Amino acid sequence: MKYFHLIWAALFRRKTRTTLTLLSVLAAFLLFGLLDAVRVAFNSGSDAAGVDRMVVSSKYSIIQGLPQSLIARVEAVPGVKNVTWSNWFGGYYQDRKNQMVNIAISPRQFEVYPEMIVPPDQLKAFESTRTGALVGEALAKRWGWKIGDKIPISGAIYPNKATGDTNWTFDLVGMFHVKDEKLRGMEQQLFFRWDYFDEANSYGQHEVGWLVIQVADPNKSDQVAKAIDAISANSDHETKTQTEQAFNLSFAKQLGDIGLIVSAIMGAVFFTLLLLTGNTMAQAVRERIPELATLKTMGFSDKTVLGLVFGEAILLVVIGGVLGLGLASILLPVISSASGGMLQLPPVVAGTWVTGLLMMIGIGVLVGLLPALRAMRLNIVDALAGR
Amino acid sequence: MKKLKSFLSGLGMFLIILASVAMWVLMPWQGLLVLLFVLALWMAFTQVGRQAASVTWVGVSTLGQRLGASSVIIVGIAGVVGVLVALLAMGNGLQETLKSTGDTETAIVLRGGATAELSSGISREDSTLITQSAGILRDAEGKPITSSELVVVANLPKKSTGTDANVEIRGVGPQMWALRPNMKIIEGRKFTPGLREMIVGKGARQQFAGLDPGSTINLNNQQWTIVGVFESGDAHESELEGDVDTVSAAYRRQGFQSVTVRLTSPEALDTFKAALASNPRLKVEAKSTLDYYTAQSEGLTKVIRVVGIVIATIMAIGAIFGALNSMYAAVATRAREIATLRAIGFRSPPVIVSVMLETMLLALLGGLLGAFIAWLIFNNYSVSTLGSNFSQVVFQFSVSPALLWTGVKWALAIGFIGGMLPAVRAARLPVTTALRES
Repeated sequence: MKYFHLIWAALFRRKTRTTLTLLSVLAAFLLFGLLDAVRVAFNSGSDAAGVDRMVVSSKYSIIQGLPQSLIARVEAVPGVKNVTWSNWFGGYYQDRKNQMVNIAISPRQFEVYPEMIVPPDQLKAFESTRTGALVGEALAKRWGWKIGDKIPISGAIYPNKATGDTNWTFDLVGMFHVKDEKLRGMEQQLFFRWDYFDEANSYGQHEVGWLVIQVADPNKSDQVAKAIDAISANSDHETKTQTEQAFNLSFAKQLGDIGLIVSAIMGAVFFTLLLLTGNTMAQAVRERIPELATLKTMGFSDKTVLGLVFGEAILLVVIGGVLGLGLASILLPVISSASGGMLQLPPVVAGTWVTGLLMMIGIGVLVGLLPALRAMRLNIVDALAGR
Repeated sequence: MKKLKSFLSGLGMFLIILASVAMWVLMPWQGLLVLLFVLALWMAFTQVGRQAASVTWVGVSTLGQRLGASSVIIVGIAGVVGVLVALLAMGNGLQETLKSTGDTETAIVLRGGATAELSSGISREDSTLITQSAGILRDAEGKPITSSELVVVANLPKKSTGTDANVEIRGVGPQMWALRPNMKIIEGRKFTPGLREMIVGKGARQQFAGLDPGSTINLNNQQWTIVGVFESGDAHESELEGDVDTVSAAYRRQGFQSVTVRLTSPEALDTFKAALASNPRLKVEAKSTLDYYTAQSEGLTKVIRVVGIVIATIMAIGAIFGALNSMYAAVATRAREIATLRAIGFRSPPVIVSVMLETMLLALLGGLLGAFIAWLIFNNYSVSTLGSNFSQVVFQFSVSPALLWTGVKWALAIGFIGGMLPAVRAARLPVTTALRES
């Protein structure tokens, strides 16, 4: 550490070159920060999953429903603490492009999902309004909805029994929010009452889309899952019970392998960066050979000179990288709010910082390696003579 | 005063760069040929041009001595172009696949307000009314060419992940082969109506496990046999298809999801629409299949494009700094040489042009390399994503010549910006100081 000022001085010996290299490193790590946020948002399904929650759905297809009578039988399975059920409703708001996540929920939704917070008076209003709806705060902000608004939904899967078409209107009675920024995507949903849904839709056959259960002991999930699936074995509505994490992950996987795409892009970026900073460091050492020789003449050991060059390389990448990730953490909330809530990107999470710092040090070591070895092996006489 | 002057010249340079890049982005490939032709004429027939040509030649022939710095430009730009082309090829592929599924000679009827087949529903009675409407082409026996279809989704294990994914199952009517003449059996045979038999699209067979002809699959707790494989070159290749009545029975469905009809001509769509609208019992909407499938790809294609361009822009900024660095170094090492040229009477423009040309040549190499790698790895690379029917749509990356041109354009733009400032510095180098430098 006592040589820090020496490394610093060496680093900014050529201001233009160092600044340009720093900006390249910054761009690379800015991209890393942004893309990793996308990856995190994409996999947030598995983080969002409660460890004690499991999803019971049709074994054959996500679009196949389950009989309402199953709920009571699942409740009776030992180890099941609570059961909530839902139906996917679909539809859009005003324009076909504004597809929404509209879900009919049972009264126990918020017991099973304690991370979604509804003010008690609004929850009460929801329980007393048949056509009531609760929306996430982010969604309400996106469309400028206020409590008391009537929200028209068109193009739902289910026709309305009263009108025969697929236009529905809900009364906004409350909003829910999620504390964890990583889970803000949950606030893009609209919930309304399942009993109203069951009665008012013209397909209504006491069918539920899927159940979410809360188990008393997550370690016994497997046994509970087997017991639940056994209820409907060999019936015409066999079920598949899996942890919420597995269920969410299988959805993310179906969209595509975002992790792979992100890794491939970052691979290309970091490879380029390696070459670029490597070239800068090689130049820096090449033109400083007489100076390094002077240092050695003054009594600096080979190892110290090696350390100085390594330090310079790592410092270069770390400064640029930290600035890049810092810029990403400033930009991400801006992007999220500029998209009007359509995109919910989490801020740069701790995991990204750790991976990022490791990458910075790794790249620093790699690009410093050859120049540092060259500096270490420098022969004083030859170097001073310019040979 | 001096500060103001340098600020103004900096601002001027910035504006020149901005304007040139904007013009450049809008230029078709013929524009490049014209530019090259003008440049060649200039180099051949004017004195300044000949000077520029010889200075450029000196720069280019000494590139080998600056291998490290030159390769920074090439690889940096290859990275940008490779990622850009690959991402745009993904968007393109998805769009092409869905667009080619539709045409203007067929129309699809969905329930009013429905955005996809899965959120639509059409009763049997309505289906009969629809197929009797005006504007539908009839076959030799006078029967209208239509197919009332059921779309359901089944869970099958995907080959790549081993986990279940949604596959689209389409129950089709007996006239389907006349309706979609591009569907061809390439292995096995057609399904027999009334039997639990399915044919599988080429894409679905490739993405999902256990869909080879002869194998059986479990759909809604019933065994179905795969009897053939079909090819259609569009989104239907991601599906399994069987007889609509048998599929309906298996899934205990009464109605259909959509009715597709062959029109007597593309213009007959209005007649057909009017016929549907005049029947008060029908609450349905008809669209040409081209419109329907184009709309299906719009959202996702746009997202992929925007993401691709944003990522490439950030990478390009990084690459520009890399190029600037390399070219500043190149100009610095050649400072004496450039000063000597100026001392013996060469003027500034040839020096500027030579540095610019050298950078852009390296950029072009990088761009070609990146585009080539993207083409090599990704052209026709098959992937799938969740489509609007809540099931997997298989499509191929499509690296078209237009995309390769886009890639080269980006490369040259990066080279232009990265070469401009070093070029101007080279031209402004005070001759005396530069000559004195060792």
